[in-house]
Amino acid sequence: MRYSAVSVIREALRGHKGWKPAWRKATPAPSYDVVIIGGGGGGLATAYYLAKNHNVGRIAVLEKGWLGNGNIGRNTTIIRSNYGLPGNTPFYELSMKLWEGLEQDINYNAMVSQRGVFNIYHSDPQRDAYARRGNTMRLHGVDAELLDREQLRREIPFLDYDNARFPVQGALVQRRGGTVRHDAVAWGYARAASDRGVDIIENCEVTGIIQENGVVMGVETTRGRIGARKLGIAVAGSSSLLANMAGFRLPIESHVLQAFVSEGLKPLIDNVITFGAGHFYISQSDKGGLVFGGDIDGYNSYAARGNLPTVEDVCEGGVALMPMIGRARLLRSWGGIMDMTMDGSPIIDFSPVKNLFINAGWCYGGFKAVPAMGYCFAHLIANEAPHKVAAAYRLDRFAEGKLIDEKGVGAQPNLH
Amino acid sequence: MSGFRIASGGLIDRAKPVSFTFDGKHYQGYAGDTLASALLANGVKLVGRSFKYHRPRGILSAGSEEPNALVELRTGAYREPNTRATMAEIFNGLEASSQNRGFSLKYDPLAVNNLLSPFFAAGFYYKTFMWPAKLWEKFYEPMIRRAAGLGRNAGVPDPDTYEKTTEFCDVLVIGGGADGLCAAREAAASGGRVLVCDENAALETPDLPANVKFMPRTTVFAVYDGGTYAALERLTDHLPVSDAPRQRLTKIVAERSILATGALERPMVFGHNDKPGSMLAGAVAIYITRYGVAPGRNAVLFINNDDAASLIPLLVSAKVQISGVVDSRPKSSDLVHDLAREAGVPVFAGAVITRALGCQSVKGAEIRLNNGGVLKLECDLIASSGGFNPNVALTSHFDGKPVWDDAISAFIPGNLPPGMEVIGKAAGQGINLNIQPCWHVGAYPGKSFVDFQNDVTVKDIRLAHQEGFSSVEHVKRYTTLGMATDQGKTANVNALALLAEATGKTVPETGTTRFRPPYTPVAIGALAGPHKGKFFKPTRCAPTHEFSEAQGAVFVETGMWLRAQYYPRAGEDWLAAAQREVNTVRNHVGICDVTTLGKIDIQGPDAAKFLECVYTNSWTNLAVGRVRYGLMLREDGMVMDDGTTARLGKQHFVMTTTTANAAKVMQHLEFCSQVLWPELDVTFISVTDQWAQIAVAGPDSRATLEKLVDAPFDIGNEAFPYMGCAELTICGGTPARLFRISFSGELAYEIAVPARYGNALAAKLMEAGAEFGIAPYGTEALGIMRIEKGHAAGPELNGQTTAHDLGLHKLLSKKKDFIGRALAARPALTDPARPTLVGLRPVDGVSIIRAGSHLLPVGAAATAENDQGHVSSAARSPSLGSIALALLANGPARIGEQIRVYDPVRNGDTLAEIVNPVHYDPSGSRLHA
Amino acid sequence: MRIPCPHCGARGVEEFLYTQDAGVTRPKDGGAEPTKEWTDYVYMRDNLKGPRKEYWYHSAGCHAWLVVTRDVSTHEILKVELP
Repeated sequence: MRYSAVSVIREALRGHKGWKPAWRKATPAPSYDVVIIGGGGGGLATAYYLAKNHNVGRIAVLEKGWLGNGNIGRNTTIIRSNYGLPGNTPFYELSMKLWEGLEQDINYNAMVSQRGVFNIYHSDPQRDAYARRGNTMRLHGVDAELLDREQLRREIPFLDYDNARFPVQGALVQRRGGTVRHDAVAWGYARAASDRGVDIIENCEVTGIIQENGVVMGVETTRGRIGARKLGIAVAGSSSLLANMAGFRLPIESHVLQAFVSEGLKPLIDNVITFGAGHFYISQSDKGGLVFGGDIDGYNSYAARGNLPTVEDVCEGGVALMPMIGRARLLRSWGGIMDMTMDGSPIIDFSPVKNLFINAGWCYGGFKAVPAMGYCFAHLIANEAPHKVAAAYRLDRFAEGKLIDEKGVGAQPNLH
Repeated sequence: MSGFRIASGGLIDRAKPVSFTFDGKHYQGYAGDTLASALLANGVKLVGRSFKYHRPRGILSAGSEEPNALVELRTGAYREPNTRATMAEIFNGLEASSQNRGFSLKYDPLAVNNLLSPFFAAGFYYKTFMWPAKLWEKFYEPMIRRAAGLGRNAGVPDPDTYEKTTEFCDVLVIGGGADGLCAAREAAASGGRVLVCDENAALETPDLPANVKFMPRTTVFAVYDGGTYAALERLTDHLPVSDAPRQRLTKIVAERSILATGALERPMVFGHNDKPGSMLAGAVAIYITRYGVAPGRNAVLFINNDDAASLIPLLVSAKVQISGVVDSRPKSSDLVHDLAREAGVPVFAGAVITRALGCQSVKGAEIRLNNGGVLKLECDLIASSGGFNPNVALTSHFDGKPVWDDAISAFIPGNLPPGMEVIGKAAGQGINLNIQPCWHVGAYPGKSFVDFQNDVTVKDIRLAHQEGFSSVEHVKRYTTLGMATDQGKTANVNALALLAEATGKTVPETGTTRFRPPYTPVAIGALAGPHKGKFFKPTRCAPTHEFSEAQGAVFVETGMWLRAQYYPRAGEDWLAAAQREVNTVRNHVGICDVTTLGKIDIQGPDAAKFLECVYTNSWTNLAVGRVRYGLMLREDGMVMDDGTTARLGKQHFVMTTTTANAAKVMQHLEFCSQVLWPELDVTFISVTDQWAQIAVAGPDSRATLEKLVDAPFDIGNEAFPYMGCAELTICGGTPARLFRISFSGELAYEIAVPARYGNALAAKLMEAGAEFGIAPYGTEALGIMRIEKGHAAGPELNGQTTAHDLGLHKLLSKKKDFIGRALAARPALTDPARPTLVGLRPVDGVSIIRAGSHLLPVGAAATAENDQGHVSSAARSPSLGSIALALLANGPARIGEQIRVYDPVRNGDTLAEIVNPVHYDPSGSRLHA
Repeated sequence: MRIPCPHCGARGVEEFLYTQDAGVTRPKDGGAEPTKEWTDYVYMRDNLKGPRKEYWYHSAGCHAWLVVTRDVSTHEILKVELP
């Protein structure tokens, strides 16, 4: 059923009897033309765009637990395309453009809210680094503005302008950046993909990757063997485990990132704001909770939970930037597992195994990339050639030296 | 009886009346009351409005699980929204107000949402508000945001202070009830240190051995790895505004812990079960026994187990009439029948309350009898007990999944965090006697609430299932069940059971209940502690800080350091001051504190060999008494840091690093020494803070320094040439280190003395240089001069550049191994088309080039394809005007060409000439003067 | 998380920095060529569940580099050694 105000009213008047499951609960067929491992943002978006844009036959998405249980359901919901290196900017801008038309495309209100992303700067060198980045964005046709302290103060008066250890001097702003209701992205893509015939199979964990002579043939799963002509891996946080099943390694470590939400408050913070003198970013959800986060904990973890020092560090950054939130209460914290790569940028590429494709390494920034990672991964799988905006995300860039290191910290994943 | 206060009993102090206001109206309670108990004592039942439908809400519980009675406490900057009235202790002058309401609590226009609720079913917003797309940010979203949220943040800085501390103990007991105290005494008997934390105020101080520390008002809110627990102690929340810290975050490190957090009662799910006057049976008992308050005058009990039976005599003793006991169990139990008979109360076995009657509060209960008949009873209080859930929250902060126990129809702890033991009701012992679950009452068509705080009803859960959201996590996310400030403490299990019913599965097949830290919400300010404002991070002051202050310096934050940025004289802005300082150095002499650069003292027989490993260039051939510039790469071949290293002795070097990388280089050297080359006999230590180091720069620097240096040391050009170093004494015996190195490009020295002499040395130098017109210079002047000289610094050493990029490839030795050698040779890193260091000057001689601008071919369109590099550093040279350093594709081959300097974010667009990066004295003759 | 430093005793994780997997070894002979052995050492990781050896630096303590054997699935610290 198409979602609209009309359908909502009609169903309200007849006791909501007509709503159907958002996506079909498919059972596995013996084989598919394309199997995507991972029912998160990346996997579902890939399946959707494969079904919509490419003629590849039957498609299945395999999810080991419940759909959307990974990082798509545990992030801080920020979208932006304010990247500074040429390998990144056009990709994230494609993502932003897809976000801008997503809801009408998939007929699902994911609450794409272009409320503006403000990156605060605190020193002259930081201002110049942001100017460099803003200028890169402008050259790529992306919106960017550099505000000075007084301009920023007019827009966001509640920062600690007068007593800060690191004075607020201004901000790089991307007004088209903002937030999206994260779960709705998974559900919306699932529903739209399912409508286009994609089999979405939950509670189906891949336990082995079947190959013959270096060519992928299918997967072993907890629900039996499933044949696949082509196989795509989109399992952020567990990419190395799947790669290991297929017999290769990745330039990735799995780190834990915590995120936080406060109690619901009446509207307080209208934009997305990031601190430049510490690791802290914040926005307020439509429901009223302050959604915020900071740095990764810094150690490898598959346990998906962090420790107290990071919580303290994040809250210190928050109160230093905006002292008014000191009395707001932290309601819930959670951890997610991040594919942290060696240069802080993702991988959308062929793998060493024929017909096995990999979409991995999104670090802590995969959410904003979901539409484009799906779009470009679908393109790669269908055409066996990279999409031009994702062409830099190659696996061999580490051997070649074509790194995409926005932070310039080198081969230490927890610094990215 | 005055109001609803019972004539005697309870643990409140009736000798100490306390007055407070709620929504502006004055009330009186007693010391020991919570806001909830005091409001109930005054007959106030309506306390708030619900989140979505703005339904009237009262007080459900007597503890931290309260979902309904959330209020704003205090006023102005101290306003604290979403505070549980059940946990707020009253004090004289307390001002509390209701929240999430329209003009008044009683008449809330948004209560119309309740009538429109068919349109606001679970997930409705995912299905609409999509057209036209532009209206979302402009109209729909602001409307939703205004309606959502609960209380109001003050919107101004939190005026309170917070503390942090750490406690170590052998045993941590969480929960100070009877079980917890008993466990604490037992644990203390073996002699270890025991902590007992209880989230409530202690109305009676427990009698405990000396090795037990009892911490009331302290909530252990999270369990972390390694036996670490986080606790929040509320120090002054129960007092009027005070200067003392408000709360204290205590990190507790415990060998083992005992969880004695009891069990939380779950409400019965029936129609309009959210009305003020509908309460948990156990809470009613607490209000009577602890606070001496009867929450009503006429009660109906609605139960499915024997726990609540003890409420019957309690209500009788509190002179509360009981209209009936509605027991959903077909036969009820002997215990209930006996107690009811004694009290003369009818028992309706096998019956349920279908709905609460009344408008703004409970006025009666509609009962469906076991024979299908309907009965209405008048009452102003419905005390319900749907059984108890062991309070397992802290057991699930790790991977532990609570497991279902059919015997008590509740989840008990599963895998526990290492070192934790669970006792008493928290372990599922002694609860839910003879329970026969009654998860909901059936066919009532109106609203039956499961999650009170997020307004999630039975219908919402069924609708979620109908739409395929059948996993418990999907139900939570789709309906928002359990996502409110109480994390569904009273809701989750009822919801799971309802979902199990909808899916035709058992509860354990459906899922489990999990909780995330924190157990109860914690002020962000408490987690930040004292680290805010100026104290966000420590401040490191240079050893000449007082000197610079006295000279009128303006300081700038450089990492943790405060450095003198410039020394303005009357009428000077930063640029005028910096340019004057540059001129002073270029023409006379200036001094600048350079202590902040990292200094690492390296000693040992293999010290030189060690430097060979970490630097790209050669060190074994450096003579004693000489200094050399060194370049350090990361293992991935990118430039990590640079600086000079001096050889003071055969086995003794002093390395300098950039200010920004001091700690990183130290860590790197430790790694190289301890992990990669442990066989090298070398040791080193950071001496950044031990030596005050001052640059003395300019043509008159030698003449100035000569006055300080003790005889017979000769600092003449021949005896002490460029790149010389020595240990010596100055000012009559003060030990010092002297380096003839120059960042400014002038004849210059850096002199180091023990840090305590920093201010004195600066003063001596000023005195000695007075005749030459000496002046201190700051980081602005330093920056101008280094750009004039084309030295790479932070903006060029940005971790994305190679030695080739910076024109330093000659420093890559071909004769030895060093960190980064192999990977620096990767094809993409040696491509000559990479952006490489050049200088820029504006073609028109007057335009200003700014760092961060991009470089485009002249006449080319401003597009990404034409982007050829960027301006890394720019300065306003007093002698040369606007100059810059840039990283430009094929840079060195293009010197003499013009390039477009494009800076759209600052409306800049000008032409520059590409020049040698060394703008000033390219031959370096002034260094050797 | 608490790490028992052989020099300082058990200390909170905030005193330490994790930097890299200790299961990889720097190519012994160095060499000037960016061989596969080098890219494997600097970039490629097994990154599997269960115990693994890691380099941790006691940055806010004794500056020792430690080889910590830690189960990345549970955060349990199984062994701490000097390199």
